[in-house]
Amino acid sequence: MKAPHPNQKRQRARIATVVLLVFMGLLAVAFFRAQVVRGTAWALQSDSNRLRVLTVPAPRGTIFDRYGEVISDNVPSYSVSLFPAPMDSIRATLEGLQPILELSDTRVEGLMEQARLDRRRPLLVQMDAPYEQVAALEELRADFPGVFLEMRPKRRYMAGPAMGHALGYVGEISREELALPTFVGYEQRMIIGKGGLEREYERDLQGGQGTRYVEVDAVGRIVGSFEGQAGTPASPGDDLNLHLDLALMEFIHEIFPDSLNGAVVVLNVEDGGVLGLYSAPSFDPNHFVGGIDRELWEGLNQDPSRPLVNRAVVGRYPPASTWKLATAAVALDLGVVEPGEQMPTSCTGSYQYGNVVRRCWNASGHGHLDLAGALAHSCNVYFYQLGLRVGLERLVDEGSRLGFGEECGIDLPSESRGIFPESLDFWMDRFGYRPYENEVLSLAIGQGPNDQTPLKMAQFYLAIGRDGSAPAPQLAQPREGGDPELAWSLDLEESSLEELREGLRQVTSAGGTGFLSSLEHWDFIGKTGTAQRGIEQRAADAWFVGLAGPWGENPEVAVAVVVEEGQSGSAAAAPIAAKAVDFHLRNRYGIPIDTIQTLGEHLRAGVPAPWARWTNEE
Amino acid sequence: MTWLERWARDPVLVGVALLLSVFGVAMIYSAGVLTVPNPVTEGAWRRQLLWLAVSIGVFTGVSRIRPGWIEWVSIPAYLSAVVLLAATLVVGVGAGTAEGVGRWIQIGGIRFQPSEFAKIAGILGLARLLAARDGAPQSLKELIAPSLLIAVPLVLVVLQPDLGTALAFVGILFAGLFWAGTPALLLLLLASPGLALILSFDTRVWSAYFVALAIFLYLFRYRLYLTESFAVVVGNLVAGTVALPLWSSMAEYQRNRLLVFLDPSMDPRGAGWNLIQSQVAIGSGGFLGKGFTEGTQKRLDFLPEQHTDFIFSVVGEELGFLGVFVALALFSILLLRVVRGAERSGDPFAGLVLFGIFGAWLVHIFVNVGMTIGLVPITGIPLPFLSYGGTFLLTCWTLTALAVRLAEE
Repeated sequence: MKAPHPNQKRQRARIATVVLLVFMGLLAVAFFRAQVVRGTAWALQSDSNRLRVLTVPAPRGTIFDRYGEVISDNVPSYSVSLFPAPMDSIRATLEGLQPILELSDTRVEGLMEQARLDRRRPLLVQMDAPYEQVAALEELRADFPGVFLEMRPKRRYMAGPAMGHALGYVGEISREELALPTFVGYEQRMIIGKGGLEREYERDLQGGQGTRYVEVDAVGRIVGSFEGQAGTPASPGDDLNLHLDLALMEFIHEIFPDSLNGAVVVLNVEDGGVLGLYSAPSFDPNHFVGGIDRELWEGLNQDPSRPLVNRAVVGRYPPASTWKLATAAVALDLGVVEPGEQMPTSCTGSYQYGNVVRRCWNASGHGHLDLAGALAHSCNVYFYQLGLRVGLERLVDEGSRLGFGEECGIDLPSESRGIFPESLDFWMDRFGYRPYENEVLSLAIGQGPNDQTPLKMAQFYLAIGRDGSAPAPQLAQPREGGDPELAWSLDLEESSLEELREGLRQVTSAGGTGFLSSLEHWDFIGKTGTAQRGIEQRAADAWFVGLAGPWGENPEVAVAVVVEEGQSGSAAAAPIAAKAVDFHLRNRYGIPIDTIQTLGEHLRAGVPAPWARWTNEE
Repeated sequence: MTWLERWARDPVLVGVALLLSVFGVAMIYSAGVLTVPNPVTEGAWRRQLLWLAVSIGVFTGVSRIRPGWIEWVSIPAYLSAVVLLAATLVVGVGAGTAEGVGRWIQIGGIRFQPSEFAKIAGILGLARLLAARDGAPQSLKELIAPSLLIAVPLVLVVLQPDLGTALAFVGILFAGLFWAGTPALLLLLLASPGLALILSFDTRVWSAYFVALAIFLYLFRYRLYLTESFAVVVGNLVAGTVALPLWSSMAEYQRNRLLVFLDPSMDPRGAGWNLIQSQVAIGSGGFLGKGFTEGTQKRLDFLPEQHTDFIFSVVGEELGFLGVFVALALFSILLLRVVRGAERSGDPFAGLVLFGIFGAWLVHIFVNVGMTIGLVPITGIPLPFLSYGGTFLLTCWTLTALAVRLAEE
């Protein structure tokens, strides 16, 4: 080939130059657009690429008892989470984590399901990983991109099972809960109160989550916290001050017979504050923290003794003789009886009304009794007549007014209302007939359609212990002081109240059913009850409801104890009530605790009890 | 003339090449600065520096070879390159970031890429072929020989598969033909089957294109032989019909790259990942960049193959538009210098070689830089002087040596 003519060469070189400059210009324009014109948008994307927002869980508020003792607080724990990633890589990571975190296959499937449902947020794999697991993971960090460890406050319950029912427990919010209006503003992975006080005061205890930014690399490993963008600190939840007496709760848990089911409620007479609220069998709320394991959970749910049911506020029992106090109070309130008055028919062991013969529990009869005596001896014959004086309709109306068909209004998420006829229609609705007047005979002695919670009975006795008015029992102390709100009130003279108390006092005096449960330092009064429940082949439930305070002064605490199948109120329920109030009042008055408390315990231990009222001075 | 000028022969061209090489080593060093260190990329800059020393040695030697000898060696070089490429298909091994494809031949401890050597040999072979002609090609028929000469190594490279280097051969062919004086019309017609291939993915677009081509051929009917027009029509028809079989014969990753080029957000975690991350890196660099070694996208390993094919993304992220502009300016000077050499050379072979180099580099630079910003589909093609890679750097410097040596003729 001949060398091209210089002009041709120049022309071709010029074309080549133009082509070159066009290509380079294209590139320059493209970069200018990306870097200068759209630079900020890309910069934002670069940040979102490498920055992840993590929520900083807020520590829940601390719960204190009435003396400032910590009932529940938080300790640091480590949780293991996964950043959002494609499902197959999440599965691979979970399978890799399985041996380290000891995850079961079903747990892995559950987590996969959770990850599928919420692909945008980190997946919480293990809430409270033990130290060895955390250390092992930290070492293998490079093998598990997308896995991150987080410090989270972990709930701790000081009293364990002693407080299970009162406190409830915490756990991760479920999808169903998230959908509820109660949990508006809540997010996945948050720890919420699931029962008891934790649930009731959830909004106060929760606090506000904070946020922090971390930098992650392309495979999702956290490479460090990012200081360039300030997060918000978490704000701890509000503290909660309770009326509860922590030591009392532990004491009750200790003395309540392990083999029996039942409930104990101790109320402060002055303000209706709940000093003790115990249900047996109990559970340890600490087991729920960090996710309860399946076996334990199924065990708790399938246990025939139903340990998750709070018998103190949800359990309903026929109140039996303990309800005679209510009949008496209503009769006095209505003025159909005078305190010292005796009923026309003396007790001979039975009572005939029309063509019905009703028995007294004591077949040999009680003879003539006044109101106090009738209460002391729990004489059915006296109360049949008293009931007839009040009349069915008035007893039903007054009983309803006193809230026996209502809830007490305690600050817990669930409470049973008592079962009590709200009107005469009750029989028609329930049983399909108009009630005969003789229904009042059953009702007056605490039988018939009447089931009450231990809490309700404690509240009623509490009213007798004060001026006849009953505040709603509360576990938490009010934020601002002020008088407790009254649920209802009886219009009774102090002398009438004292007459009722005197009746109760004789129960724990010489000859009374509760004598062996009388106490040295305290005027411990009350009423036993033994209730045969329904047609079931089971032993009777034992009741004791009463009041206690220093001798010669107004009662300070009200107590209700139910021991299911305890058979005898005086043998099974009264000693528990006595020991509980003794323990609490001794603490209140600075009297050293003694293991030998009741008269019965003195006698059994051979310790002299010169204080015991061997003779009834009245 | 100072010793430096004597050594470099063209101080501007060699100076720019040296600047780019050192710049490359610096960027490769930066690419190795990661938050979570990676032993492979961390020491890459040292190996690159070593290769640069070797390359300068090779440059010194090659730039002193007599031009006549270069011309003489062209055909044997071309033939041995073809043999080597064919051998690579049989005994080739993978390496580095291209682990899965057999692009390397290993002899003892030395591993090299025959396709790089083939590029040099292709430039020389084409120049030799065209220089032996009596004048500029005037018909498509006359383009058959040079096209075949390039098509053989091109097809062998495609089979590796290495689409990027194959594109460089296309650049070499067109640049060479252009310098040889081939009329623009013929070049267009030669390129038309390629265009048909691309457009045939949409039947309607391809039909419209085909009608336009027919009108075009009719308008220029007096300047073409009937057989030529016929060949063009057949070529376009064939390209249009083989497109789909070709598509399905492509490897999954190649198809994805093409699809993602059309819509990067199609699969942001999968095939679109490279492009999106590269764009984010470059875009977030802004005007002045995040600072040398400070690129967050790079540091956190979001950038793919950041020391080889995507080295320019690191430039964009850390040095910003300013750095990009300087780099593009340096590349422009480099290429203009090559064009200038061709313009000044009195020897047809020398001019053709220089233009072959121009074509190869232009394709490399435009496709590599263009893909980091989404201007062209992602192709595994390195950036001259900047990308990590021993054989490639050596090739660039050998071409530089040839350029300065032949520009003197």
